[in-house]
Amino acid sequence: MAQARQEDNATDAPPEALRAEGIVKRFGALTALSGVDLHLRKGEVLGLIGDNGAGKSTLIKTITGFHRPDEGQMYVDGEPVSLRSVAQARALGIETVFQDLALISELSVYHNMFLNSELTLKPFPLLDNRKMKERTKQYIDDMGVNIPSIDTQVGRLSGGQRQAIAVARSVYSNAKILLLDEPLAAMGAKEGAMILDLVQKLKNEGQVSIILIAHNYSHVFEVCDRVNLLQHGRISYDKPTSESSVEELTELVVAEYRKARTTS
Amino acid sequence: MAKQAVGGDVGASESARSSPGLGSRVAELLLRQREASIFFVAIALAVYFQSSNSAFLSSGNIRSLSEFTYATAIISGGLVMLLICGEIDLSVGQAYGFAPIAMYLADQTLVLPVAVIVGLLATAVIGLINGVATVYLRVPSFIATLGMFFFLGGVNVILTDGFPKTAPSGSFLTEILGGADWSGIAWCLLIVLLMHILLNRTRWGLHTFATGGNPVGASEAGVKTAKIKVGNFMLCSALGGFAGVLDALRIGSIDPLAGGPNIMFFAVSAAVIGGTALAGGTGTIIGAFLGTVVLSIMQNGFSLQGVSAYTFNVILGIAILTAMTLNVYVGSLRRSGRV
Repeated sequence: MAQARQEDNATDAPPEALRAEGIVKRFGALTALSGVDLHLRKGEVLGLIGDNGAGKSTLIKTITGFHRPDEGQMYVDGEPVSLRSVAQARALGIETVFQDLALISELSVYHNMFLNSELTLKPFPLLDNRKMKERTKQYIDDMGVNIPSIDTQVGRLSGGQRQAIAVARSVYSNAKILLLDEPLAAMGAKEGAMILDLVQKLKNEGQVSIILIAHNYSHVFEVCDRVNLLQHGRISYDKPTSESSVEELTELVVAEYRKARTTS
Repeated sequence: MAKQAVGGDVGASESARSSPGLGSRVAELLLRQREASIFFVAIALAVYFQSSNSAFLSSGNIRSLSEFTYATAIISGGLVMLLICGEIDLSVGQAYGFAPIAMYLADQTLVLPVAVIVGLLATAVIGLINGVATVYLRVPSFIATLGMFFFLGGVNVILTDGFPKTAPSGSFLTEILGGADWSGIAWCLLIVLLMHILLNRTRWGLHTFATGGNPVGASEAGVKTAKIKVGNFMLCSALGGFAGVLDALRIGSIDPLAGGPNIMFFAVSAAVIGGTALAGGTGTIIGAFLGTVVLSIMQNGFSLQGVSAYTFNVILGIAILTAMTLNVYVGSLRRSGRV
């Protein structure tokens, strides 16, 4: 099945959700990104791995409109775009779940779910809590995530539950391209499995294309279709996960460490 | 074997949870509903003072209680919005003094309704300056509004040449705006109700909580935290000004030295006693109102008993420290998920 789709993509021009060509980003004397070429097919889950300082967070922030690239061109759905703000990226359907999750601990699950896109009543613009609760409950059921109560303050939930809420919020705000910034960082095996299941579910539904930024290679191989390795501000490796392996990636990174040691 | 032990454990905690005594249920209510605890304190104090002096709940004394309460309660409502944002306005007591003066000066050339609006707009501009200094110039609000506190204190005296002015009176408008008996507390209750709705049932209120609870996360989610903060500075200052206008028209005199630090510190105390944390992210308008009621009852009750103002200050200090300690303790209980 996956094989068939890949062949299909190889013959036809594959529909691309996102493409970045020659993205360069400098901060003063520091060149964080030195010509990143990256593409994301529709419905695909792309694993992006790289060492600390390789430029992962700069790349995410550039794709989401937080930074403006100094050089290079981005395309969304094949159309050239130059993103000026996070709001503009969001309007194009690019959503990010940052590591800090952008959740408000003091607020309830459903208020977090609708933060900044709250439903209100008419004619007086009071919060329509009833409708927000109903929808939140439905979203959470759809995603198959176990949250004790949507009235609970988010601060009382576990890391995995919080992550799931942040992902659900992005997905249901009509994200077409979802960037997950190390969603499994500092998470136990059980919680991590819940998030990987969630990504798998989204992949099966095929509505969103996902870039999963990860530290742990085995997570990438569990859910991703393709893996990109970011080294020294450029993509140095791009293969379908079916043709790659944890060993090969580990060897690449170890080689880099070896090189760093001999040159220093 | 192991499974049995686990099962037994669950059963034990289950039964402990399902059969709480009345005492622990009341304790839980007090911890969950911040307003409830301060409400019971107010009732207990009223019962105590009434039993020690039957004049306490006479209609005359209730009116003077209401006059003690309304201006401070209006100001503390505005402060709650700012405290939830994680900011403070130390100059709000001077805005209380400034609005009637601006109104008085405008009244020399304009009609009174316009003059009242000028007074309120002038204080909103003060709030705008406080907000811009805090949000865009990144001066901590404690410092920015401390500067505004001294600045306005001086301006108030300069604009009046240091002499109290006779407030406009005798019109329908002056009667409504503090002149008539009970009009002040009526405004206060209306404002508390509207502010409570604003804080708990509107996007503005939700974004105020978000701004204080997680500033970075809120802005990542697209909440315009700068706008929220500046708006709440303006609201707080304008409410301070409105309280000042009500008091000036009730008393019939515009005093260049009115307000200042005293009413501001009372309002902050009321907010804190009512369950608003200075760290931001939490707070209630009704709690602040009840906090003001408690302070007024104590002040009024102790003076009926002939207790001196110094003793009152000692008790107020203890009350604030106790309330804050409880706040911190209850907060940590909440975070650990035990309540």
